[in-house]
Amino acid sequence: MPGKLKAKIVAGRHLPVMDRASDLTDAFVEVKFGNTTFKTDVCPKSLNPQWNSEWFKFEVDDEDLQDEPLQITVLDHDTYSANDAIGKVYIDIDPLLYSEAASVISGWFPIYDTIHGIRGEINVIVKVELFNDLNRFRQSSCGVKFFCTTCIPQCYRATLVHGFVEELVVNEDPEYQWIDRIRTPRASNEARQRLISLMSGELQRKIGLKVLEMGGNAVVGYLQCFDLEGESGLVVRAIGTACTLDKLSSGSAPNTNTHMHPNTAPASNACNSPSKDGKEPVFVEDLPSSSGPPTPFRALPTSSSSPPPFSPSKPCSRQSSSSDTDLSLTPKTGKNTWPRPSFPFSSLPSPTLHIGEFPFFTLTSFPPGFLLHVGGVVSARSVKLLDRIHNPDEPETRDAWWEEIRQEIKSHARALGCHAVVGYSESTSICEEVCILSASGTAAILNPRYMREGCLDIGCTDHRLVSFFLLFSSKSKCQSSHVYDNAPFWFLLFSRFEDPSPPSCGFCHIPYDELNMPFPAQLTYCYHCRRQKVPDVLFTTIDLPSEAAVAGKGCLIQARLCRLKKKAQGETNATAISNLLPFMEYELHTQLMNKLKLRSMNALFGLHIQISVGENMLLGLASATGVYLTALPAPGGIQIAGKTPGDLSNEHISSIQKRINDTIAVNKELYQINPPELAEEGVGSPIPEPRHRSRLFRSHSESSDELSELDLSHGKKDAFVLEIDDTDAVEDIHSLLIDAPPPTGFYSCNTENMPGISNWTSGVQMFTSVRVLRLSNANLTNQGLNKIFTDLCENLLKSFYFKLRSMIPCCLCHLNFTVAVPEEELIQVTVTAVAMTYDKEQTQEKTAEKPVNKGSLEAEEQLQFPLELCADSSSSNIQTASKISGIFNSASVDYGSFADRCSTWLELLRLKAHTIRRGSVKTISSLERCSPLQEGRSRSLRSSRSFGGSSVTVVKMTPLSFLPGIRIIKYLGIINMFFIRETTSLREEGGVSGFLHSFIAEVFAMVRAHVAALGGNAVVSYSMKECVFMENPNKNQAQCLINVSGDAVICISETDQESSASTANTGQTGGGGTDGAT
Amino acid sequence: MSVELDVFVGNTTIMDEEVYQLWLDGYTVNDAVKVRMEGGVMDECEASKDVLLSDTMDQYRTFQMCERLLHSPAKLANQLLFQIPPHRQIMLIERYYAFDDTFVREVLGKKLSKGTKKDLDDISAKTGVTLKSCRRQFDNFKRVFKVVEELKGPLVENIRQHFLLSDKLARDYAAIVFFANNRFETGKRKLQYLSFQDFAFCAGQLISNWTVGAVGEYNMVEDMDVDLDKEFLQELKELKILITDKDLLDQHKSLVCTALRGKTKVFPEMETSFKNLSRGLINIAAKLTNTKDVRDFFIDLVEKFIEPCRSDRWTAADMKLYLTHYTNSAHILDTFKHQVVWDRYMGVVKSCIFKMYHD
Repeated sequence: MPGKLKAKIVAGRHLPVMDRASDLTDAFVEVKFGNTTFKTDVCPKSLNPQWNSEWFKFEVDDEDLQDEPLQITVLDHDTYSANDAIGKVYIDIDPLLYSEAASVISGWFPIYDTIHGIRGEINVIVKVELFNDLNRFRQSSCGVKFFCTTCIPQCYRATLVHGFVEELVVNEDPEYQWIDRIRTPRASNEARQRLISLMSGELQRKIGLKVLEMGGNAVVGYLQCFDLEGESGLVVRAIGTACTLDKLSSGSAPNTNTHMHPNTAPASNACNSPSKDGKEPVFVEDLPSSSGPPTPFRALPTSSSSPPPFSPSKPCSRQSSSSDTDLSLTPKTGKNTWPRPSFPFSSLPSPTLHIGEFPFFTLTSFPPGFLLHVGGVVSARSVKLLDRIHNPDEPETRDAWWEEIRQEIKSHARALGCHAVVGYSESTSICEEVCILSASGTAAILNPRYMREGCLDIGCTDHRLVSFFLLFSSKSKCQSSHVYDNAPFWFLLFSRFEDPSPPSCGFCHIPYDELNMPFPAQLTYCYHCRRQKVPDVLFTTIDLPSEAAVAGKGCLIQARLCRLKKKAQGETNATAISNLLPFMEYELHTQLMNKLKLRSMNALFGLHIQISVGENMLLGLASATGVYLTALPAPGGIQIAGKTPGDLSNEHISSIQKRINDTIAVNKELYQINPPELAEEGVGSPIPEPRHRSRLFRSHSESSDELSELDLSHGKKDAFVLEIDDTDAVEDIHSLLIDAPPPTGFYSCNTENMPGISNWTSGVQMFTSVRVLRLSNANLTNQGLNKIFTDLCENLLKSFYFKLRSMIPCCLCHLNFTVAVPEEELIQVTVTAVAMTYDKEQTQEKTAEKPVNKGSLEAEEQLQFPLELCADSSSSNIQTASKISGIFNSASVDYGSFADRCSTWLELLRLKAHTIRRGSVKTISSLERCSPLQEGRSRSLRSSRSFGGSSVTVVKMTPLSFLPGIRIIKYLGIINMFFIRETTSLREEGGVSGFLHSFIAEVFAMVRAHVAALGGNAVVSYSMKECVFMENPNKNQAQCLINVSGDAVICISETDQESSASTANTGQTGGGGTDGAT
Repeated sequence: MSVELDVFVGNTTIMDEEVYQLWLDGYTVNDAVKVRMEGGVMDECEASKDVLLSDTMDQYRTFQMCERLLHSPAKLANQLLFQIPPHRQIMLIERYYAFDDTFVREVLGKKLSKGTKKDLDDISAKTGVTLKSCRRQFDNFKRVFKVVEELKGPLVENIRQHFLLSDKLARDYAAIVFFANNRFETGKRKLQYLSFQDFAFCAGQLISNWTVGAVGEYNMVEDMDVDLDKEFLQELKELKILITDKDLLDQHKSLVCTALRGKTKVFPEMETSFKNLSRGLINIAAKLTNTKDVRDFFIDLVEKFIEPCRSDRWTAADMKLYLTHYTNSAHILDTFKHQVVWDRYMGVVKSCIFKMYHD
């Protein structure tokens, strides 16, 4: 019996009045876990009851601990009739199950009722005592950490990336069970909430098991989704990237210093005085001898301005032909024979069991050097008819569907000469019994080893050690074991992957064979290094690599499309949809391409294409962040041509042409696109190639095909010359020009990092906005619909700009649009994003200045990861690495100050660790920028409160993986919450808007409360994955389901680092005070 | 085609102070949009009317949701629903409890009852304050009144702590509560020239000098600052000797006249009206044991003292001079034994009259 869960109910406050006669409440609490229930005493006649209960103890399996939530129900005692429920709190125990995370959950939780919303708060303390159980055959996976963040989390280092993990579980939806006809809406909602909570727990446990099997200890980029399939059931599915992560320092402090590994010491010295120790190699051979790498590796040149002085070694194994039907995606030569290095982890089970059937990575940003080449976007869609899931324990159909899609993605990647897919994600859109499954990602070639380098030349001692391994399973297990002991193999491997491309442009170089191109593309020599070929345009689903060389700023680019379809049933409907899909993808792609050209940019990052199905229409929305990569050729302009001169007057065409040219010029100015120097060659629009549309028109069967970059890219050529052959084309061009640029002072993007802006200040405002449009006009055309849809998106953006105008200069980051067609004539757009302020002055200076500031700034931001390696020591048995490696792209970095920061950072970590150990630290973040109390340095929450009695921790939220000016010192666990809210008094609650407004506010409040109870003060990588809204105004009813997730973290303001001691103290007293209330 | 649903929710609750004020002032959403458009906010961010409308609706909804919390401001600080930075919370509360002087002037001293509430539309029409805003202000008065009614301890401090108001606003509310509790008459035509601030000042004087709490020994009793000190009111009857005893009256007059002679232009008028004025003030004092007369305290001051002086064209300085000497001279009267009561009475009356003596 491996775990003991303890819960204590302390007090309640702001309870609702349950007894009209006395205006008071006789509250008591039921605490339930699994099948065990405890009750507190009744606290009579109080709206602020103090229960101060004993510790309720549950002795449970860790399997249950993972699956089940702790369920707390607050009730009003009634002597004569049934007790009335006030509301519930579900607490996910998971964060307590791994040692590094939270040790206690303690705080005020909103009491939530699915009909009435939040009704008061309850103070609860939860602890878990876990007994170690090393049973190999256990069903639990306690200890596997989950991160929503799609990069290696700050304060961790990845020693191994194992690859793709996925799982799905299915069940009947309680809302559709027979019993639902006789139970109350509340009971039904609660059954649903509980079931989904259970299913997510189970899913996470199962994924955890897979990770353990692979030898990993964490899942990064964990993406969990619900498919509400209605009658046919409820699917919860998740994908992620299994990794082995090492915690950096803070946990092992305060002894860090004394126990410092001898090998790390010089490294950190080196940070302080790079010139002195510059020549001393710090690299130590810590790798297993069986795979001992050759020692001295020549450093890659790290200056972004000067290309490497040596010639590229021709990568081998690119010749694997795309016609190859072997889907293992492990090209024949060399690659599939990567041995698994034996690591000093004793507990690792034998490798290569289940890993990596799919070389997919849900990560979107990588440490420098990890991503070698990017091929382009690969995507696949398939239309399915839902049927009842007969046996929930064997969810074979759904598994098979996804399997199919993934295979397709894999083969696309392969056709692009790539062996991996990064920035991978999956989604569904369901309408009645039709379901569109979609998957997309970016085909890429990765460095299987995090590269090593000895930067002997440039005066930094930096030896990046092996900290990153990539394991692809090869289908042929024997093969890999065969070469396992083959020592020279490593040498081969290294020379193979020692990529000569400079990091600022290397990823743009084509991975596919030039002579055997999978699709027609305009190739030129890289404008950066002039050594390798690059395509003229690059589309990806990942974030802009931090080391990429860009000109000017990025901007959000959206393609929007509506397509009417006839209402139909079953098979006919599915066929109709799958016939429409390729046209939609084609048009979205063309729109994106044209808009990209219009902004004078040549690459898209974070591309996300969503196609949503409704009864009588399909909606397509593609969002991406456009950017000008200096490695790629400058985009040519857009030329307008009439098909026949007589059709439309030349004047008309030339006026359009002029407008387009003007727009391009304005955009260049707006986004400050002044590429360094425009080489003569290759500029100007290449001759458009003949169209290859035929390939697009091939028939799509029930399982509609991909339209990957590779197919669509013929469209690209058309982008240069737009033919006006009918009125539709004119409309299209007009709609191109509709997109208004953001007002002065605003920028927008949908990626983690805003290209061209890095000097964030502390202002952060996360928001969610939902807009639903009712199409009253029944006789809408495609064109009309497009216009309506485009206006809807544009108006939303305009609203954001207006609302956030007080934050100027500011950038809307991670703009995530989700579209849905909830009912026949409704279009719903849900947006979650974060507005962040930045320092305008610095940006302008920076562009002019030498990269001194830029280097340190960017390095800080881009790679907290290597930075923190410096503080790490406990796990140095494997390797050491210097933080400077993170900034290897700019040569002239101010190492001194950087190192200073590091050492104070170390200091702080130690202090933090100290306080954390005492438990119940509430780290206090600085409040929003505008607070007059918060001038300069942030203060503890307590001191900034102007009135007493308050214990509400400020919790910041962001969809990004970082907070500006703030360092994450601890990840407390994943937040994954599902809520249902229903009302039968819609009008009284302020109509649909009032209802949803308060529900979203309540969801935020509950997320914040859970984070605060874990001891955290921020949520990163926050996302609202589901917002299903249904209404029935005639019955005065509405229902909404929301699913949110994110990573709870403790973070501290960077300004606090300098005054670490005082902060730690105030933090502690603050925490103590807060806990005093409990 | 119509927008069915439109919401925007920030993790940190976004509130525009201008819109908040419009909401407090009882503007409808459409009127608020008009005001904002005229205010030129559209130029700021290339906004359109739709954008403005959507933003105003969002904010109005937010305020409506917050309103419940603003009814007990202490909750605002430890509620979890809205994340509002502390300085914003203070702003929200302060503005919510702010009131229009013109409005409060109308209800000052009236019973805070349903009856009065029914008259609010008249007041609204009279003052130009929207009915919605009138209701909010009236409900605020009522709420504060109800809460402090049951609390022990100093009134201003209780209001400040319970409603987290600034000192100034807490004092104003104390005045409103005090007036409502004692039902002082303020609505008579003769009192119309007095502003709320005049009355608030007087209330402050009365609270700190004439109530049970003013004495000090009765700390922490209920209503200590709301009810006048009954004992003191009883003792005030003793002052009658100053007008009933002819010797004392003459003596008093001659002392005052000696002191004033040559110092003011209106000396002759002062001399002739001395007895009348003194009778007026002391009769007011002697009658204060009657609740009815307490209510008429201010009207009596005006009728019995301020008006006669004003018709004799006293300046404010004359008034000050006269009252100072009038008060001080009583100390020199050897047969007059009620110095403490006299000071307690005249101190307040003096400062009230100073405040009230204007056009």
